[in-house]
Amino acid sequence: MSDLLQFLVSGVTVGAVYALVALGFTIIYNASDVVNFAQGEFVMLGGMISVAGVAAGLPLPLAALIAIALTAAIGVALNTFAIEPARGAPVVSLIIITIGASIFIRGVTQIVLDKGTHRLPSFSGDDPIHVLGATVLPQSLWVVAGAVAIFVALWLFFTRTLTGRAVLATSNNRLAAQLVGINTRFVMTLSFALSAAIGALAGVLITPILPTSFEIGISLALKGFAAAMLGGMGNPKGALAGGLLLGLMEALTAGYISSHYKDAVAFFVILAVLFAFPRGLYGSNPVERV
Amino acid sequence: MKSIVTGALALALMATAATTTATTPALADIKIGAVVSETGPASSLGDPEAKTIRMMVEELNAKGGIKGEKAKLVLYDDGGDPSKAKTFATRLVEDDGVVAMVGGTTTGTSLAILAVAEESKVPFISLAGAIEIIDPVKPFTFKTPHTDRMACQKIFDDMKSRGLTKIGLISGTDGFGASMRTQCIAVAKTSGIEIVADETYGPKDADMTPQLTNIRNKSGIQAVLNTGFGQGPATITRNYAQLGITLPLYQSHGVASNAFIELSGAKNAEGVRLPGTALLVGELLDPKDPQKNVVLAYKASFEKAAGGAPVSTFGGYAHDAMRILTEALAKAPSAKPAAIRDAIEGTTGLVGTTGTYNYAKTDHLGLDLSAFRMLEISNGGWKLVK
Repeated sequence: MSDLLQFLVSGVTVGAVYALVALGFTIIYNASDVVNFAQGEFVMLGGMISVAGVAAGLPLPLAALIAIALTAAIGVALNTFAIEPARGAPVVSLIIITIGASIFIRGVTQIVLDKGTHRLPSFSGDDPIHVLGATVLPQSLWVVAGAVAIFVALWLFFTRTLTGRAVLATSNNRLAAQLVGINTRFVMTLSFALSAAIGALAGVLITPILPTSFEIGISLALKGFAAAMLGGMGNPKGALAGGLLLGLMEALTAGYISSHYKDAVAFFVILAVLFAFPRGLYGSNPVERV
Repeated sequence: MKSIVTGALALALMATAATTTATTPALADIKIGAVVSETGPASSLGDPEAKTIRMMVEELNAKGGIKGEKAKLVLYDDGGDPSKAKTFATRLVEDDGVVAMVGGTTTGTSLAILAVAEESKVPFISLAGAIEIIDPVKPFTFKTPHTDRMACQKIFDDMKSRGLTKIGLISGTDGFGASMRTQCIAVAKTSGIEIVADETYGPKDADMTPQLTNIRNKSGIQAVLNTGFGQGPATITRNYAQLGITLPLYQSHGVASNAFIELSGAKNAEGVRLPGTALLVGELLDPKDPQKNVVLAYKASFEKAAGGAPVSTFGGYAHDAMRILTEALAKAPSAKPAAIRDAIEGTTGLVGTTGTYNYAKTDHLGLDLSAFRMLEISNGGWKLVK
């Protein structure tokens, strides 16, 4: 019983990490249909810049704020200098541009910051909390709380605010959105800034659990992308559910079947789900109105 | 806008090109080639290696070079990519005309370079761990780091001396972890160690408590060995403490660095044992230890040249390779690659930071188990296990 609980705790912790990355994909995808493969780099930048700030003697909250602001600025720069000039290009080209941007960011990071692996101190200490024979690190609770908070904020943003609806409108039909008075350039800039900021916040939250280095973004983006596809790309609910499901599948496979097949089982389930629901668990079915 | 981006990209490209071709001034007759992974995924290994190689060539020339001739270094950065390593090795041999090569930060790049070295008959000293590089012995390839097989032997010897024979094994699925897992399973069969649990994890996983829970539940288990490299072993160490497992925990030589203690947290890493080189514990060595002076001298000059960056085992491998090569160059009757090869193979009793090298026709590794020191983490620092 305590074993099962430990596997679940592990799965939720890892799943929340995936969910945080997956949530970052949603805004840019909703605004432009582009899957931003530099999202993992935003997470990495959040962690690496905070680490540099803390090493320079700043208190962690201030270092984290600077990291989030700087990463948001980098997100805006990515949109302004790479995505916006190629606006007419097909979505596939834009996705390839984000892959190029991720390689560029990795390269610059290892020169400007460093090539080492770093960890941030845990927010509330490292003493595990004991629950019915299982142990939870306080930082895991921070990560889960962060994922839920960002999910709620995104859900409110897309359903309750005019700006959020403007983002959705831009994605549906850019020309029509412009015609009803939406500043689509601003929407694009905003969506990159928000996605980058969410990524950086995720980076700050997970770095005490998962040490960061300039190359951590690739593996995070891959797992986050898998989680987002599983849940349904573009839907915050899907990102959260997909992340948690992926984490739980990995932990339970490692616990009950074999750790050798941990990733294989998870990806097999993803394939099976996508076969039944091609747009993911919470993906919307596209409706063409004539 | 487009032109700004293109300009920035061009600048970035020029910057990388400049670092890859940076060499000492062209005054010299003896050309030494190096291919290391100064950037890319293995850069935490390749960066100190490149710094060490540059520093040692400068030191050599400041001391008057080899037999009055200056050494010229041609160093390329392969970014951790074996196919680039192969291209650069070919360029070193065919265009730059080097007499010998050092490098090959990872096993993958080393295997790529050694193919070129063997084909063109230019001696090559590898800086990577895998036993495949020198087993079977290839005429022109040597290496300085110990093999993972030796690490397994050293760890199992220490376990047996503490009466621990039933162990759990947990390995990273990266190249280093997987290779050492295979070696340890093979060595266990002949050394009376029984592996009762065999788990794996991805090198960038955030949590390994399910695997460790299963290991803990195995009846009669007495110790746990983690073969892995990078951040995985630090996460294992933290999860181990989180679960409150009290069995002795052994890590591999791949994480023998202060960064490992930092990433794990000193409290969590207390009591962890791992095989490491003398370089890590220079100050703790017995004054009569032949390695003591070598290790302290390298540490001092590296930390000065690298602007305070801490010395690492990997830089130590490069240091030893350069020492072996320069001694061989001084001994060789001519600067022909074949003569240099024979001189390298004749290296005996050369004290490096990793151990004392005795190459032979059938042994291009030249180290024995005494090169490893069993270390224990104590109060956030290292302690020699007697």
